[in-house]
Amino acid sequence: MSEPAAQAVIGEHDRPPGDLAIWIFICAELLVFAVFFASYAFARASHVELFNQWQQTLNRDYALLNTLALITSSYFVVRAIAAVRENRPDTGLRWLLGALAMGALFLAVKSMEYAEHYSHGINLRSNLFFMFYFSLTFFHFMHVLMGMLILGVNAAILRKGGYTAENHRGMETGGSYWHMVDMVWLILFPLVYVMR
Amino acid sequence: MKYQSQAVAKPYFIAAIGLFVGQIIFGLIMGLQYVWGDFLFPEIPFNVARMVHTNLLIVWILFGFMGAAYYLIPEETENELWSPKLALAMFWIFLVAGALTILGYLLVPYARLAELTMNELLPTMGREFLEQPTITKIGIVVVALSFLLNIGMTLLKGRKTVVSLVMVIGLTGLAVFFLFAFYNPDNLVRDKFYWWWVVHLWVEGVWELILGSILAFVLIKTTGVDREVIEKWLYVIIAMTLITGIIGTGHHYYWIGTPEYWQWWGSIFSAMEPIPFFMMTIFAFNMVNKRRRNHPNQAAVLWALGTAVMAFLGAGVWGFMHTLSPVNYYTHGTQITAAHGHMAFYGAYAMIVLTMISYSMPLMNGRKAANSNKSQVVEMWAFWLMTVSMVFITLFLTGAGILQTWMQRYTDTPMSFMEAQDKIALFYWMREFAGLVFLVGLVLYIVSFFVGRNDPEAVVEEKATA
Repeated sequence: MSEPAAQAVIGEHDRPPGDLAIWIFICAELLVFAVFFASYAFARASHVELFNQWQQTLNRDYALLNTLALITSSYFVVRAIAAVRENRPDTGLRWLLGALAMGALFLAVKSMEYAEHYSHGINLRSNLFFMFYFSLTFFHFMHVLMGMLILGVNAAILRKGGYTAENHRGMETGGSYWHMVDMVWLILFPLVYVMR
Repeated sequence: MKYQSQAVAKPYFIAAIGLFVGQIIFGLIMGLQYVWGDFLFPEIPFNVARMVHTNLLIVWILFGFMGAAYYLIPEETENELWSPKLALAMFWIFLVAGALTILGYLLVPYARLAELTMNELLPTMGREFLEQPTITKIGIVVVALSFLLNIGMTLLKGRKTVVSLVMVIGLTGLAVFFLFAFYNPDNLVRDKFYWWWVVHLWVEGVWELILGSILAFVLIKTTGVDREVIEKWLYVIIAMTLITGIIGTGHHYYWIGTPEYWQWWGSIFSAMEPIPFFMMTIFAFNMVNKRRRNHPNQAAVLWALGTAVMAFLGAGVWGFMHTLSPVNYYTHGTQITAAHGHMAFYGAYAMIVLTMISYSMPLMNGRKAANSNKSQVVEMWAFWLMTVSMVFITLFLTGAGILQTWMQRYTDTPMSFMEAQDKIALFYWMREFAGLVFLVGLVLYIVSFFVGRNDPEAVVEEKATA
């Protein structure tokens, strides 16, 4: 690799991908989730029995399926941006739509899970564990929706030819946010469903 | 001033300042009543002084917001206001209705006022901050709708910018949430629950959007920084405001009979409410540091930076101080709340209105960019006197609040309320003194409009472009 080319690659990675503003937003969002997780840990410490007892009633198959859906969707977003970088916007769009489909799958599975809880008469007020379970997962659910909205805007712009191999910062911005949503779930899943 | 119709903002601003003076006078009366119980009794009892103090605050801030919108929206949308006549008509209706309401508070007993205004037909009176007779509330809705129509039509026919959209969303939210003032259920829990939809979702929700958009507008104008950069910040700030502020309402739901989860929701989300205010501070200083020019209206820049700092301290830091439910269990309704209320309202909303007035008044008075040096110097003195004395008011009230919490709540042998009040009287005296200094600042502020009127405009050396 010639020296200027190497420099260009380094130059590309010495700043976070996407818009700086989204990183400020991501940090702020992560802070909110962090406080939520810390509160969960704090509350669990004094109600270990209760948390363990009710945690076992959760459907981990659904949660695993959702974990796979989000990881896959993140992978699809990576492929979408890679395709746009290689000047193949049509392929990029297909990957992006795939990512959106995975997001929709997540929402559908989670909704089914909620529906099951409600059919068993479980809600926010059932106990402290379920208060945290519903609050955390629903807050995250809303973030998946928000992320899909951003990816949807990215897809619409991409379809109109708004992103090129040289300039696709908007996609990186959307992708960064989506990875954050995915990553939060990767903490939430073991914390709420598995760890005891 | 680019558009003729922007001038309708002027009477709104003048009325705002006039009502502001009234608010401070009643604040001083009430401050004195804390330590001199029967001062002006029975002419102006404490509860009436308090009602006038808080209602005048709300009304003058609303006048300020409307004036700001009438100035900002034509400039952002790049066309004349849809109907300046409607704006002026609404100004007089709002002013007369407001004045009559205040006179009603002062001249007749509150219960009689309720009878006179036929409150029994649609009872909405008797709740803190929403004391206005139902007829006044209906008037507010009419004014708000006409105002939104005027602003909305102007926006529709012109350029749409992020600043104007955020402002219109904020103003629409303001009108929509006010409608909950008409919902007055018999169940006290429900009553309080929805009462906060007006009070909290105003000041910790939609008003922040209005604040953000005015701040962004003034920063665009005074720093010359690219609109895209400022708009991006605005997006991030309002997103965080809404994420934290809406569920943050829960910090008012700890002790009113709502389900337990509000303890957690309120604590977690409202603990994050300082974030958007902190972003606003970073944003304002960043933009001023990146400025492409030195604007001759340095007073306006000072107000803008002051807003960003004081809003963060008053709303953010002083709010956080007592927002967690285990802390609030002891501090609820003490002078700590009053300390927070004073600095937050001054820092966020009084100061943003004064920022807008500071930026736009010289232009409406025919100046090209700024007032004379002399006028700006007086205005800056007013800024420092009011701001520093507000810091002291807040600190004295915080001191009083901490002692009150300690003696009356956080103890095995709690003192009675009045006993504790006696013990903290010194803090009230100091607060009253700081309040007098505030009044001096306010008088100087008004004086600044009249000095140096015939002097030439202030000029600054252009910033060297590196």
